[in-house]
Amino acid sequence: MIIWAIIGMAVVTAVPRILPAFIVDYVHFPKWVDRWLNAIPYAALGALIFPGILTVKPEAPQIGVIAGMVGILLAWLNLNIIIVIMGAIASVFLMTF
Amino acid sequence: MNNTQSIHILKSESRLHMARRGAAAGVPIVLGYLPVALTYGVLAGQSGMSISELTLMSVLVFAGAAQFLAVSMIAAGTGAIEIIIAAFVLNFRHFVMSLSFMNRLREITLRAKLPMSLGLTDETFTMSSLHKKEAKQKYGAYFYASLILTAYLSWVGGSFVGGALGDVIPSRLSESMGVALYAMFIGLLIPSVKKHHRIVFIALIAMTVNFICQAWGMSEGWSIVAGTLLGGLSGVWILDDEGEDI
Repeated sequence: MIIWAIIGMAVVTAVPRILPAFIVDYVHFPKWVDRWLNAIPYAALGALIFPGILTVKPEAPQIGVIAGMVGILLAWLNLNIIIVIMGAIASVFLMTF
Repeated sequence: MNNTQSIHILKSESRLHMARRGAAAGVPIVLGYLPVALTYGVLAGQSGMSISELTLMSVLVFAGAAQFLAVSMIAAGTGAIEIIIAAFVLNFRHFVMSLSFMNRLREITLRAKLPMSLGLTDETFTMSSLHKKEAKQKYGAYFYASLILTAYLSWVGGSFVGGALGDVIPSRLSESMGVALYAMFIGLLIPSVKKHHRIVFIALIAMTVNFICQAWGMSEGWSIVAGTLLGGLSGVWILDDEGEDI
């Protein structure tokens, strides 16, 4: 049973990932669609950050918010992304004593 | 050394150089993936999956959230069809992301784009997309392929180790590391916002739409799709045609 679930998951995950490789080979988009697609990374980042970050500690959503603000501050100071990640991890670590 | 030889060496060096840079760009993803992959391996093992099954799922599916969902459904005795439908809904956002990524990689051949599209996750997509100039550089495909491969190997390796050895990271540390991927997304978004403040509106619209949809009871998968599409749509007015350079 599990093996069929795995194979089925692999297929339904792979097809949406692969299809666009063919689509862009056959279709040329108008400029406004290009702008839409160019904005997708920023939109995806937004949708992936919030509200998910509230569930870092589901019983204490403020911990995710504070860690996120630490991340914003460190990133704003132009620190390397590894430092941003470490800083957020450290702040959650300290807040969960 | 004759000329063709030296040109050949130069070429292979820049391929290697691009691959090395790609692997380096993948390191933050590794940091975020390892604790998540270990946790997945441990939970999957507890749900009754064998080590080969849980590792195979990471090899073939390579999608964290869907794999966690599958593990909880397997543990609850849910049927395969329902698990597959849930994975489809949760991963459909990758269609939107892949369309954006592949549209940027038009100059790269289809043969190279296919394996890269298979390795597209939230993390490899956002990290690759914000490394824009490599898409225009020679051997840019080596950069992206190596970034994706680095992330993939850490996901598969972490899953296997989690399944085989159990939690090797102390639980409080691995719980704190759950924030790593969010911090990575923040660390990717902020530099773009600093450069062009109006980009923040694209992200805020996406957050708001995602939040409202989930509050209305829509599934997480469709909510992220809606947030990404509508937030991105605002970019039609917010970005200029040189949006590539932003």
